[in-house]
Amino acid sequence: MTLNRRNFLGAGAAVAASLSAPMVLGAGKPRVVVIGGGAGGATAARYIAKGSKGAIDVTLVEPSRTYYTCFFSNLYIGGFRELSSIAHSYGKLASDYGINVVHDWAIGIDRDAKTVSLAGGAKLPYDRLVLSPGIDFVDGAVPGWDVSSQNKMPHAYKAGSQTELLKAQVEAMPEGGTFAMVAPPNPFRCPPGPYERVSMIAHVLKEKNPTAKIIVADPKPKFSKMGLFQEGWANHYDGMIDWIGQDFGGDVVEVNADEMTVSIDGEVTKVDACNVIPAMKAGKICEMASITEGNWAPVIGHTMQSRIDENIHVLGDACAQGDMPKSGFSANSQAKVAAMAIRGALTGSKVFPAKFSNTCWSLIDTDDGVKVGATYEATDEKIAKVDGFISQTGESGDLRKQTFEESVGWYAGITSDMFG
Amino acid sequence: MRLAISIITLWAALTGAALGEESAEAIGDSERGAKMFKKCKSCHQLGDGAKHKIGPHLNGIFFRPAATFDDFKYSKGMYAAREAGLVWDIDGLSRFIEDPRGTVPGTKMSFHGLPKEKDRFDLLAFLRIYSDNPQNIPEAAPTAIKVEVELSPEILAIVGDPDYGEYLATECTTCHQSSGDFDGIPGIVGWPNEDFVIAMHAYKLKKRDHPVMQMMAGRLADDEIAALAAYFGNLN
Repeated sequence: MTLNRRNFLGAGAAVAASLSAPMVLGAGKPRVVVIGGGAGGATAARYIAKGSKGAIDVTLVEPSRTYYTCFFSNLYIGGFRELSSIAHSYGKLASDYGINVVHDWAIGIDRDAKTVSLAGGAKLPYDRLVLSPGIDFVDGAVPGWDVSSQNKMPHAYKAGSQTELLKAQVEAMPEGGTFAMVAPPNPFRCPPGPYERVSMIAHVLKEKNPTAKIIVADPKPKFSKMGLFQEGWANHYDGMIDWIGQDFGGDVVEVNADEMTVSIDGEVTKVDACNVIPAMKAGKICEMASITEGNWAPVIGHTMQSRIDENIHVLGDACAQGDMPKSGFSANSQAKVAAMAIRGALTGSKVFPAKFSNTCWSLIDTDDGVKVGATYEATDEKIAKVDGFISQTGESGDLRKQTFEESVGWYAGITSDMFG
Repeated sequence: MRLAISIITLWAALTGAALGEESAEAIGDSERGAKMFKKCKSCHQLGDGAKHKIGPHLNGIFFRPAATFDDFKYSKGMYAAREAGLVWDIDGLSRFIEDPRGTVPGTKMSFHGLPKEKDRFDLLAFLRIYSDNPQNIPEAAPTAIKVEVELSPEILAIVGDPDYGEYLATECTTCHQSSGDFDGIPGIVGWPNEDFVIAMHAYKLKKRDHPVMQMMAGRLADDEIAALAAYFGNLN
């Protein structure tokens, strides 16, 4: 089909009159391609398909057949979830919502021709493109580490085999051994993630290897939910965790994966397991589409459209939007605003003012859950915070347990919102 | 039809046979149970004038088989439990309240359960007051009528825009499943309009104490709350 919606409209009434109505509709059916099947992409694909009831052709490009959510992958490391419980397939998006799910890599975007090239050779035309590729790592961010080191020093910041590897390495640590984490600089995916992970690893070590030590080298002077985590670490894992922030040289780090050493502010430590979480940038496809400024793709908050190309919407971790944290919840929230805007643009459905929200739950130890959240609105300049809350230190055990149970409910909610 | 008749017969037989002897037994501390009933009140009414709300009213529940009100839409799980013979005797109620989802898989009741036997029996002792002598309900302020927040008739009369409700609802379904299932966050599907509106205003006015919901409701205008109530109320 070479007649796309734009040149169909440009071709004028003569062409339209010569075709029967159904064919005209078929030829003019707008096409949306979504790249990335995570919290942003899967949600956007589902909401566009669901809302338009077949009036928009939706193609979802995602290399993996099984998607492991990053959220709750720390709970797998801590032994609170099975890996299979965070695995999801795209079957319902195809069967229940008519989405064309293509398991392939997007390797190029021609913004003038409005096509996406796939590694398998196909070219997908689009009227609107949604990019939700997540994150990639900044080359050379942690001296001594690159992706070839990821088996010895996993990042485990894309869930799946990396998460399994990190868990296995922590569990194989010798008695009284040392685990190190190199935490990332801002901004990065899941601000409380590294610290929930430290808590989960401490939980495992407390049970299996109570004399082991945890060192965290952090380039930041403070981190998300810091007071809550530090209170929890003192309560549950007293003396086990040594957090070295920027003020103490946590930003001067070098690793050697072959020797299994970590140098922090010049002091070299031999470690038994090491989690390196490098600085992050938007998924590579954003760079390939030339829609990034610095490490991220800037967007207009009202619609999540790229500030560089109005036919492209960028969601989740990859975009620079303002005040929202890079989280699965945020991506899911942004996807719904984008889906509404895209449907409005392509089919004329009603468009309402954008509203966003986010809540991040973290588990510190068994039944000790905490949360932080906020609501946001779009201004011309950015997505701006409206209101927020955070769990308090010293909360009762009942409330913390309730918060954890709520997070389990949220997991069931967001994954059914993403995958149907 | 035959099934319905046999259930009614069974119900009559059970209530008739069992009421006399059961009423003589003290199940638990009903005054403590009255306080515990606060956990139930946001969904269930009890007492003079009690109506079905988010959950069915609980007057006369003792010895009634599960899912027997024709004018209340139960979960599939609850209808299955009725087919399987679940009756709200002390044992049936106690098992359900202890672990709602374990006892009736698929129940819409968004409640984690009361693990302590004493808590359950005190609560049942209180519920029991409204089953033994339904014609003689205490004259104290009936629990059924009390409303959490007084809203003006104008607010309650707002008819929500279902399209707007559908969009606004996308913000809710990140946590509250559109199937109505409860896995740790309450189902909010199929509620009576007024209950939904009152609950949201109670959060907005910070009379309910959940910080996420206070924040979410806090920025919703009256017509937006009405739109959400309309959307979720009609969702199947």
